[in-house]
Amino acid sequence: MATQSVLAFVGPSVNWWALLPQMILLGAALLIMLVSALAPKQTSTPFVTVTTMCAAITSYIVATGLWNDVQRDGPSSSIASAFGIDGFSIFFTMLILVALAATALLSHGYLDKEGIDAPEFHALLLCSAAGAIVMASANDLVVMFIGLEALSIGLYVMIAMHDRRQEARESAIKYFVLGAFSSAFLLYGIALTYGATGSTNLIHIRDYLGAVVFRDQHLLMAAMALLLVGLSFKVAAAPFHFWAPDVYQGAPSPVTGWMASVAKAAGFAALLRIFFAAFASHRIDWTPIVSVLAAVTLVVGAVMAILQNDVKRMLAFSSVSHAGYVLIAVQAATDQGTAAALFYLFTYTFMVLGTFAVVGAMGRDDDHPLANYAGLGRSRPVLAIGFTILLLAQAGIPTTSGFVAKFQVIAAAVNNKNYVLAGLAMITAVVGAFMYLRIVMAMYVDNEEQKSSVPSWHWSTKVVVIAMVGFTLLAGLVPQFLIEFAEDAVPILIRG
Amino acid sequence: MVELVWLIPMLPLLGFLILLITGHLLGEPRAGWVATAFAGASFIATLIVLVGLLGKDSHAGGRSYEFVLFEWLPAGSLKVEAGFLLDPLSITMALFVTGVGALIHLYSIGYMHGDEKYSKFFLYLNLFLFSMLMLVFGNNLVVTFLGWEGVGACSYFLISFWHRRESAATAGKKAFVTNRVGDWGFMIATFAIWSALGTVTYTEIANSPAMSAATGTAVSLLLFVAAAGKSAQLPLYVWLPDAMEGPTPVSAMVHAATMVTSGVYLLVRMNNVLTDDALLVIAVIGATTALFAALCAVAQHDIKRVLAYSTVSQLGYMFLAIGSGAYVAAIFHVITHAFFKALLFLGSGSVIHGMHDEQDMRKMGALRIAMPITGATFIIGWLAIAGVPPFAGFWSKDEILLAAWEQKNIGPLLWVVGLVTALLTAYYMSRQVILVFFGDQRWDDDVHPHESSWTMTTPLCVLAVAAAAGGAINLPLVKDWLVLEHFLEPIFHHPHHFSSGTATKIALAVISVAAGLIGISIAVLSWMKRRIPTDRLEPEFLENAMYVDSSYARVVGGPGTTGFQKTADFDRRIVDGGVNGLARAVMKLGQLIQPTQSGYMRNYAVGVALGALAILVVLAWGLL
Repeated sequence: MATQSVLAFVGPSVNWWALLPQMILLGAALLIMLVSALAPKQTSTPFVTVTTMCAAITSYIVATGLWNDVQRDGPSSSIASAFGIDGFSIFFTMLILVALAATALLSHGYLDKEGIDAPEFHALLLCSAAGAIVMASANDLVVMFIGLEALSIGLYVMIAMHDRRQEARESAIKYFVLGAFSSAFLLYGIALTYGATGSTNLIHIRDYLGAVVFRDQHLLMAAMALLLVGLSFKVAAAPFHFWAPDVYQGAPSPVTGWMASVAKAAGFAALLRIFFAAFASHRIDWTPIVSVLAAVTLVVGAVMAILQNDVKRMLAFSSVSHAGYVLIAVQAATDQGTAAALFYLFTYTFMVLGTFAVVGAMGRDDDHPLANYAGLGRSRPVLAIGFTILLLAQAGIPTTSGFVAKFQVIAAAVNNKNYVLAGLAMITAVVGAFMYLRIVMAMYVDNEEQKSSVPSWHWSTKVVVIAMVGFTLLAGLVPQFLIEFAEDAVPILIRG
Repeated sequence: MVELVWLIPMLPLLGFLILLITGHLLGEPRAGWVATAFAGASFIATLIVLVGLLGKDSHAGGRSYEFVLFEWLPAGSLKVEAGFLLDPLSITMALFVTGVGALIHLYSIGYMHGDEKYSKFFLYLNLFLFSMLMLVFGNNLVVTFLGWEGVGACSYFLISFWHRRESAATAGKKAFVTNRVGDWGFMIATFAIWSALGTVTYTEIANSPAMSAATGTAVSLLLFVAAAGKSAQLPLYVWLPDAMEGPTPVSAMVHAATMVTSGVYLLVRMNNVLTDDALLVIAVIGATTALFAALCAVAQHDIKRVLAYSTVSQLGYMFLAIGSGAYVAAIFHVITHAFFKALLFLGSGSVIHGMHDEQDMRKMGALRIAMPITGATFIIGWLAIAGVPPFAGFWSKDEILLAAWEQKNIGPLLWVVGLVTALLTAYYMSRQVILVFFGDQRWDDDVHPHESSWTMTTPLCVLAVAAAAGGAINLPLVKDWLVLEHFLEPIFHHPHHFSSGTATKIALAVISVAAGLIGISIAVLSWMKRRIPTDRLEPEFLENAMYVDSSYARVVGGPGTTGFQKTADFDRRIVDGGVNGLARAVMKLGQLIQPTQSGYMRNYAVGVALGALAILVVLAWGLL
């Protein structure tokens, strides 16, 4: 019997309080599914939206509490140090919850208009959000991979749910197959990392790499390369961005917004934790290749964007070039650079959600030729101004958050003496501005023949656009609070 | 109460914003009343702040307050604050800017009656008032420059307000371009001050050690270039006569009473950096301008152009005062001039209004009967500008002439020039009054001149009182009566004191009054009694302002145009070519890589695989 007590399973201690944010989301997803299965007649779209919103808000309140705990008591970890509870993870949790609330509101009007079932959509959205939070908080490569898959699988289905449209299914298939392809790279990278360091836990990896000098580090380099490929795909960095234009174009607009904001943010969260925190001792090896990736991404994103005529494709390439800017901050491999990346991602989330809110409200979600936007400045002046501000923010015009974000990223590169990349970032910002200004021009330059369809805007769209524009201006005019928030959230690896 | 200083500029800004949003809904006349209410409120706020300031101890900087709103441009060691400086000088300027400004707002309600852009006019007026107050209250050169550019832009909008008229559009452009020359001086001076002293804040500049003589003189002259542009001194005066294309209230407010005096304000504010060499230059140019413009005014036929040249001439007096070191006299003349010149312009506007847009004095005459209030108030303005005691102009002009007399190097010469100018001023203003209000009626029978409405005559009456009694703020008869001088004294490092004895002072005053009376007599003899033939008194040479303006036009239009064309070609070929070349290169690059975006998943997968391979190779072999 003595042996039995040795064999008895003793689970790791779990800090349930710290897991509460994603548990609330999963609970809400289950609730929605349950209610819609048991009482399908009573499951209206408003009920579903309200449930998701309540979940997001409650979760956010818990996250705020956690943030205060971390600021007071310092970071901690849970579940055998597989799950980090630090400023970094809570920063991304908050970002994801903001995006969740905005996407839920946007889909409120959108789903009815396009004839999509609300309960399933919202349940998937909630699961996807929980996956993104897990991915951003993971302290272990395997847990991170589970988060990534939970995020992605939800996304695949959300894209395909628009069954009236052929393009939606096409883009879901493309995203799924290519996503699986890149997941293979990522998984193989995790395996090689385990082979090189003997662990999948980021703390163990960091300690091991800090203590051991390799005679032959080819295995480790291969592991880094494959991890970089897998995550570059998620954040749509060139040359792993090819899926982005097709998928962004085909997906329902709220999902595009969700994909552009949360999938990218979670991908960068994982990238920063793995490379900046765990592979810190080998930064000389990985920073050059990341800066090359950043350069290629910036050029491809800006150059390809100006050749497009479809607004959603333009914005897809613009999202590629935004990934390039964040990569500039990542390659700096400094606390300043990481804070700049966090600031960039946070402000970018607001800009891109607002932008796709407008795009989604532009008539039925089929093609989005630029001509559709002609005369919007006259027919919907207030929203046209909002859209203009968001586009100018993406272009990095002063008094918007986009300017501060780009400024900080470029400052990080300059402080790192990477002047070539800083110069390239400024040039591509100019090239990219052309594309944003083209859309703005189209809205305001009169063209009597091109009568734009004047869509009816759902109140939820207006709320989202106004909130996003408001934050974009706020963070552009008084950015200090957000800069400090990002500086407090630089990742720390914690021992369990 | 001094803490309320921010209200003074913010009230007109609020009015501007309200009109910007609701102007087209308010329409006539409510838009005008809203704008007037905010201008008036700003004046009341100024009075309240003044009372607060007077309650403070006047010694040891007790009446100098800085209010920093926020740090505006933190850039390395350059720190620019958005802040206000409240001291006797800025409150004095603000008093007449808001006071005269509010009156002109009121006047415009009637004058702009029936204009299709009625509410827009008041929107510009409020924006102008805000900019002017920022200029006056800014606690550093950069904030002042913001206001400086703001008044410049508003001046441009208002001159070309009737932009459908070709001449108005051209005049607006001319004012804008000429002012850019002055702005250039302002900017370079600011840069130089920052690099020499490391600050652009007035209080810190005032407490800094003196700059080297060369730098000091250069900075002073650059500041004077700025002032000459804004305040229409030789050789940059050419825009002001043309600026009369704007509506008459604009001429009164922007181009006579307030904006054009900002150059004087700037130099007085920067008094402690001005060097003696620079002061001599300022005095000479001021005196020359005063004489030159007075000569030009003699032969003008347009009722407003006479006043425009007269403004240039009076501004010359103010610079003569600055150049002679008599800053208080300059500000004193700024104030009295604001009263009587605003009065004269508004009076001329009333005449133009009553004569259905007739501006040629040769087609007027005997209007005092048809327009009694306008006539009476105009005559008071005339007596003030002609230097007849005890009207306001006499006291300030007399002080300037005394200061010129005491100038160290060439005092008597400057005094003679000033005296001749005084004589000419009295002459051309008398000529104007006689041509417009006396003599025979020379207008056509289908014109029916009439007195203007009460919103226009009320400001005339108020200004007439001010023009008559404005000298009371600085009477030299008893030392304690020099209210303005004692009030402004704390802002000067080296207060100016007149050294002449009482006998000299009285003699000079008598001579200047005599000069004024001679001028008036000549005008009466020639234009009223017709004892002197008048055809010789309007030489073509003077009517065309000594051909200065047309020579400029010939240079700019001839060799200048060739140069501009070359510059434009350079811009088009090299600069634009470079930018367009880059754009074309970007497009080419895009077309080159576009085929990779084929839409086929297999190609995308190949792209991912190749990218992965490249990264693997680079990392594994450490190629970077």
